[in-house]
Amino acid sequence: MIINHPLLGPRDAQEFTYLGDAALINRPDWTSENALREFHDYLHLRDNPAGEHRELWFHEQGDRSWLVVTRNTVTHEISKVELACDVARASGRSTGRDEGQVA
Amino acid sequence: MDKLTALTPLGARSARVDNIGALEIREVVDQAMVSVAARLGQVDLTKETTTAKLGLVLPDVGQSTVAPPFAAFWMGPDQWMVSAAHNAHELLAAEVKSALGSVVSVVEQTDGWCRFDVSGETVCDLFERLCNAPVRQMAPGAVTRSSVEHVGAFVWRLNAENIAVIAPRSSAKSLHHALIAATTSIA
Repeated sequence: MIINHPLLGPRDAQEFTYLGDAALINRPDWTSENALREFHDYLHLRDNPAGEHRELWFHEQGDRSWLVVTRNTVTHEISKVELACDVARASGRSTGRDEGQVA
Repeated sequence: MDKLTALTPLGARSARVDNIGALEIREVVDQAMVSVAARLGQVDLTKETTTAKLGLVLPDVGQSTVAPPFAAFWMGPDQWMVSAAHNAHELLAAEVKSALGSVVSVVEQTDGWCRFDVSGETVCDLFERLCNAPVRQMAPGAVTRSSVEHVGAFVWRLNAENIAVIAPRSSAKSLHHALIAATTSIA
């Protein structure tokens, strides 16, 4: 399987390790009233789709970036590869400052 | 005080050189190294400061730059390895940190790695047997992190017939064994 790394281009899957569902990016808010329930679900419940699945991969033998890979679990076809940091920022998860701002 | 003798990554007092067939494998021990990482949201500022203070342009993805006495290659997103001659820049981390200040995180790397420079006209024949890196397509200056016989290593195409491979120091003998074995097989 070849993963088309957004920065480095096509790389062999043996260079990567797999973590799991990309929903892991969406860590619950610990101050929420239902935090216990939400963390239970976050930790233990996973969808197991036969078809398109968004998942986290780590480029361990490469540039050490985390990727969100959209992969079809039936055909192994990969339709999209994004940097996980971009995905997190796009969904408002990052607490980082914008480029150019200095502390 | 005890007298301590510096040893090379292979455990000897002087750097190892092997000549096998058309290739020379040279253990490189004269480089000081530091990693330079931009802090969150300060990539552009890191590049500007490094250019202004060190005269070094931090390279783009998969590339390297040389600006004597420094050289730098891209390690990963917003992170670079900077090297310089060890005899003149033994305290490279302090030197780089004081030049760049709070914009970046600087970490000493010198004794964390081993480096072998492999040269000769069959250098691509060797590395295409050892790793996934597309060495023939890599232009001089290109760097990629790959796995060389199960050892994670940077493969740096210095020029047409010269490739540097940089791996964790604790894996020096494994890497050296892999280089010797593969070189012997194509000699």
